[in-house]
Amino acid sequence: MTGLTRRGLLHGGGAVAFAGVSLAALKLPLFGVSGAKQVPADCRATDLSDTEKKVIVSNWPAYIDPRKKSTSTASVFTERTGIEVDYTDDINDNAEFFAKVKNQLGSCQTINRDMIIMTDWMAARMIGLGWIQPLDADKIPNVHKNLIEPLRNRQWDKDLKFHAPWQAGLTGIAYNAAKVPEVKSFEELLTRSDLKGRMTLLSEMRDTMAFMLRVVGADPDKFTDAEWSKAIDRLQEVVASGQVRSFTGNEYIQDLAAGNIVACEAWSGDVIQAQFDNPDIKFVTPEEGLSLWADNMMVPNLAEHQANAEAWMNYYYEPEVAAKLAAWVNYICPVEGAKQEMEKIDPSLVDNKLIFPDNEDLVDAFDFMPLTDQQSQQYEGDFNDVIVG
Amino acid sequence: MASTAGTAPVTTAPASDDSSRRRGLTGYVLLVPGVVWLALFFVIPFYSLVATSLYDPGGSVFSGYEMSYQFSNYWHAIQDYWEPLLRSLWYAGLATLICLVLGYVLAYAIAFKAGRWKNLMLVLVIAPFFTSFLVRTLSWKLILADGGLIVNSLQAVHLLGPDGRLLATPFAVICGIVYNFLPFMVLPLFASIDKIDHRLIEASSDLYANPFVGFWKVTWPLSLPGVVSGTLLTFIPAAGDYINAQLLGSPNQRMVGNVIQNLFTQANDYPAAGALSMILMILIVAMVLFYVRRAGTEELL
Repeated sequence: MTGLTRRGLLHGGGAVAFAGVSLAALKLPLFGVSGAKQVPADCRATDLSDTEKKVIVSNWPAYIDPRKKSTSTASVFTERTGIEVDYTDDINDNAEFFAKVKNQLGSCQTINRDMIIMTDWMAARMIGLGWIQPLDADKIPNVHKNLIEPLRNRQWDKDLKFHAPWQAGLTGIAYNAAKVPEVKSFEELLTRSDLKGRMTLLSEMRDTMAFMLRVVGADPDKFTDAEWSKAIDRLQEVVASGQVRSFTGNEYIQDLAAGNIVACEAWSGDVIQAQFDNPDIKFVTPEEGLSLWADNMMVPNLAEHQANAEAWMNYYYEPEVAAKLAAWVNYICPVEGAKQEMEKIDPSLVDNKLIFPDNEDLVDAFDFMPLTDQQSQQYEGDFNDVIVG
Repeated sequence: MASTAGTAPVTTAPASDDSSRRRGLTGYVLLVPGVVWLALFFVIPFYSLVATSLYDPGGSVFSGYEMSYQFSNYWHAIQDYWEPLLRSLWYAGLATLICLVLGYVLAYAIAFKAGRWKNLMLVLVIAPFFTSFLVRTLSWKLILADGGLIVNSLQAVHLLGPDGRLLATPFAVICGIVYNFLPFMVLPLFASIDKIDHRLIEASSDLYANPFVGFWKVTWPLSLPGVVSGTLLTFIPAAGDYINAQLLGSPNQRMVGNVIQNLFTQANDYPAAGALSMILMILIVAMVLFYVRRAGTEELL
């Protein structure tokens, strides 16, 4: 019987596979990626809010008071409106979350969420990509009425058409007062010899570069390519000199507590929480100025319960609710009037400038200018080349 | 089957012929899951990586990427990132060497000297895997901490200056890599050494070889398959590792894995990241092939 031998068949299979793979090689262009820009009006779902009383929220960890308690802000919301809250804390990192939803939102598919919460620059980027639904101003009167002045008029969404800040914070300097004298400015952080190899900077490009631009005398709100190069060269010098121990995300706070580093660029909320354990850790707003940022609630394309999401936004802009939330999360409360309500909840927090800063203090807070696609690509690339050595 | 017809008595009944053919098919059916797995999780991602590395670098997430066979991406990637690339190979090579020395001694001791403790010791080698890679690396941060026991002792005996530190130095990164990949070295070495017939070593001393010569002429050559697979299992993942450099190093110790990760997630420069991944892969495959050739153990592959 002159049939197929197993070996023969394997060879044949191999040949077929090879041909297929070669064909795939010729068709490589199939793997090209089309642009991720969408038009929000074309990616709108029918709003099921009236029939399905629920809202699906994605937020950062430890960013809301414990929901199980019947007096928690989320429970009271459900009690009052009848809207069930499906809440997940699955956002750990802006860039990572972006990568997670990029394929769906970039091709007008649903991500099965009614609300996501992103930091300013990522919010700006997503709005620019057309991934975010415009909000109905009539349904969120509290937001328009109660948002604190310094967080209004952000360059990327001046009329609050797409976003409402959830919590805000400051980027500044933290240092360990038991080990080093006060670090007053970013310039000191970059040059003082007692900090050499014992300080860290943040790996978020905008946080670190805003201060670097200030250090070289430029304005992060509006700067030129030449000023950018100057700032990046300065950072390169500092890194090469061994001054910077590392570029980190949230993990700088453990190093600061453990004494591996003595000073760092830091976010205010992390520092307040670390202060409960170690009162020697201090937060300074650098002489170069204040960097104010916010994490923003937004409704992504194809969300099915937009009206419910808007009800949630409106609810959290009631001063009483905002105060209850601020008492738990310790970040800057974006709601006017919450400070007065806080008197009733926890008077010890009322004078904490890192939760209720004076509006005058925030006047000279700077913002990072919105970047075009090419600028963003180039600047992120430049910064990345410095931090990876 | 036709070729065996001449030698074997051809008395196959139609029924058994049928069953043998069915058995023949079973083999291919059993191959299917493996082939599907390889296609889904190796071939397609691999091609997408090749494609990514050849994208037009002018593209972005906003505008999409055009496939324009930009081979210059490779050249640019090498120009921009040759330093972390070489550093990775250097760190991985050094760590592999240290692992080999430590691992060989340990595997030898477990195989020949541990006696009834053999199984316990093997379990102890594997035990660190019960906790996550990340947690174990983070604990090295505690061990080498600036105010920690080791740094303080080294400062007390003036091996380190008063401002000296271990964290955020190449030392810490290499320590981390050695620690994390040591079991990958020990296990194949143990498997090889354990199989060595003790009588061969005795014979070498009967023939007046001193222990040193005996080791190099008998034990070492017989353990070579373990050495080769152990070094490969250590070197390959170590060269691509980015956790150790991230947690234990500073920007001046960044390895190529960190660069690739940052290019993909932070800088969104997919073509450069793809090209760099391909370069790393090609470099490693080339080095491995050369190494296996030299070691003369092709049957391993």
